[in-house]
Amino acid sequence: MRPSRSYLIWIHIAAVLMALVVLAPFAWLLISSISPPAELLASHPHWLPHEPTLSRYRQIFTGASGGDNVAANFRQAMVNSFVVATLTTVVSLTVGSLGGYAFARLRFGFRRTSLFGFLAIYMLPPIALVIPLYLALANLNLLDTKTGLVVTYCSIVTPFCLWTMSNYYASMPRDLEEAARVDGCTRLGALVRVILPLARPGLLTTGMFGFLLAWDEFLYALLFTSTTNAKTIPVAIAEFTGKYSSDFGLIAAGGVLASLPPLLLALLFQRYIVGGLTSGAVKG
Amino acid sequence: MTVGSPARGRQQPAPAARPRARRGGQGGRGEGRFAVALLFPAAVVVFGVVLYPVVRTFVLSLHDVTSPMPGSYPFVGLQNYIRVFQDSSFYPVLGHTLYFTLVSTFAELALGIAVALLLNAPLKARWLWRSIVILPWALPTIVNGALWRWIYNGQYGALNGLLQALGISQTPHQWLGSPFLALNCVIFADVWKNTSIVVFFILAGLQTIPEDLYEAARMDGASAWGAFWRITMPLLAPSIAVVLILRTIEAFKVFDIIYVMTGGGPANGTQTIAFYTYLQAFSNQLFGYGAALAYLIVLAVFALAMVYLRILRQGQMAGVE
Repeated sequence: MRPSRSYLIWIHIAAVLMALVVLAPFAWLLISSISPPAELLASHPHWLPHEPTLSRYRQIFTGASGGDNVAANFRQAMVNSFVVATLTTVVSLTVGSLGGYAFARLRFGFRRTSLFGFLAIYMLPPIALVIPLYLALANLNLLDTKTGLVVTYCSIVTPFCLWTMSNYYASMPRDLEEAARVDGCTRLGALVRVILPLARPGLLTTGMFGFLLAWDEFLYALLFTSTTNAKTIPVAIAEFTGKYSSDFGLIAAGGVLASLPPLLLALLFQRYIVGGLTSGAVKG
Repeated sequence: MTVGSPARGRQQPAPAARPRARRGGQGGRGEGRFAVALLFPAAVVVFGVVLYPVVRTFVLSLHDVTSPMPGSYPFVGLQNYIRVFQDSSFYPVLGHTLYFTLVSTFAELALGIAVALLLNAPLKARWLWRSIVILPWALPTIVNGALWRWIYNGQYGALNGLLQALGISQTPHQWLGSPFLALNCVIFADVWKNTSIVVFFILAGLQTIPEDLYEAARMDGASAWGAFWRITMPLLAPSIAVVLILRTIEAFKVFDIIYVMTGGGPANGTQTIAFYTYLQAFSNQLFGYGAALAYLIVLAVFALAMVYLRILRQGQMAGVE
């Protein structure tokens, strides 16, 4: 049965309305970032700036670093976020894709206990760990360093990678390893040479989620960093929002830049997101 | 797919798995050793970082620790936990947290189901609508909070501007200026962002419902509304349960958006448990008390997680894939 014409019209109207509700705040973020200060503080908001300006983006990209230059601090924070999220993803995905295989395919005594242990860690609210972690990092001279953040983030992102990858392996046909074993591969050889290359879509999607988790993290970064040495972009934005709440233009420009990597990744991986999410459905 | 869990093989010993199990028994020791080798790096990365703080937080919660300096602090047993419940400022905080959790989770679920049904309908350019819906999920939480704080701004905000332009209200509102209104505004911002992910969970569930069921229902003369309640909702139940629990856990721990939008104010009206814990530990330096609060959050989250795991398992028993 073909859907009726009026039904088709109605669902398209609904879809357009939904798109408006979703896109309007994004548009406002973008518009605010290119509106000159006087227009941002106009008594009636200018929905479209009369004199759009890219000066804030220029400030962020070219401002002299150091001191109180907020725009340059945003740039440094973006770099920090990028380094921390990338390193975290690489480490977590590497150890997670090995461990995940054990959970998906191997039988061993403490399997249930250890799986439960990893998932429990993943569910722990950061606030429960942050006090002693702070003290420990202080003792190790790792406060306000990217290393300190990466070490901490890996403990959150690795359980996620383990779980998602193990679900991905479990969805792959078993014949693959069996064929490789028959051909004389060792277990490790079968994993490295046969399974991992075939699991590339799973690895990419898991890596994307891991990157987003690290990019979005706030509480640890807020407490563990204090200077441009390691401060990440969420911390820089939150700090600036608290201090100069009416100068939104610069926050908006920083916000646009901070959102670009995750938005692009999400669009790129859109079709994998349903599967990846539902199998890694333990983000808590 | 929704409930795909590596534990599946254990709970559902399919007949076909038998011979493999026997073979596994034969090579059991080698397999166990290989498993240890594979898991070792992950265990170091995770437990090496986390184990000490987990234990240490518990120890802190049993002591009256009032500074970040190491030293000997008096052991007070469960006194910190008892104090939480004796403290009159805790109950409003608990109230805000429960209100935030209930309202945001149910709003996200209701909207999420509606949007997922829409995205599952025969729309033109489906990929476009789906791409739009995924965007708020990818927006960093802090950027989302800062953006909505700006939209709600009483003097220059877009919300007041929009209400004026539409002729709905000429007097500017201080959206984040009074406690209960501010809490609801924060919830709205949270719902705007997180409905996105709920949509994709529900969509995954919808796609597992076979089209024939609807055909059959139509043959039997069921209305679209009837089919929704008799077919869609029951078959979506596992997805809905999963999403409910996950969002509940997440909402219960809410911190970031509160920090950036309201800082817990006005008049502490948007303080949630995680935020209150943060203040007690890091502003008031009550580390022992903060640790006790943190462990109470952990207990609540684990209780919710237990319910979640039980639902997953039941889903598997019912053969829901």
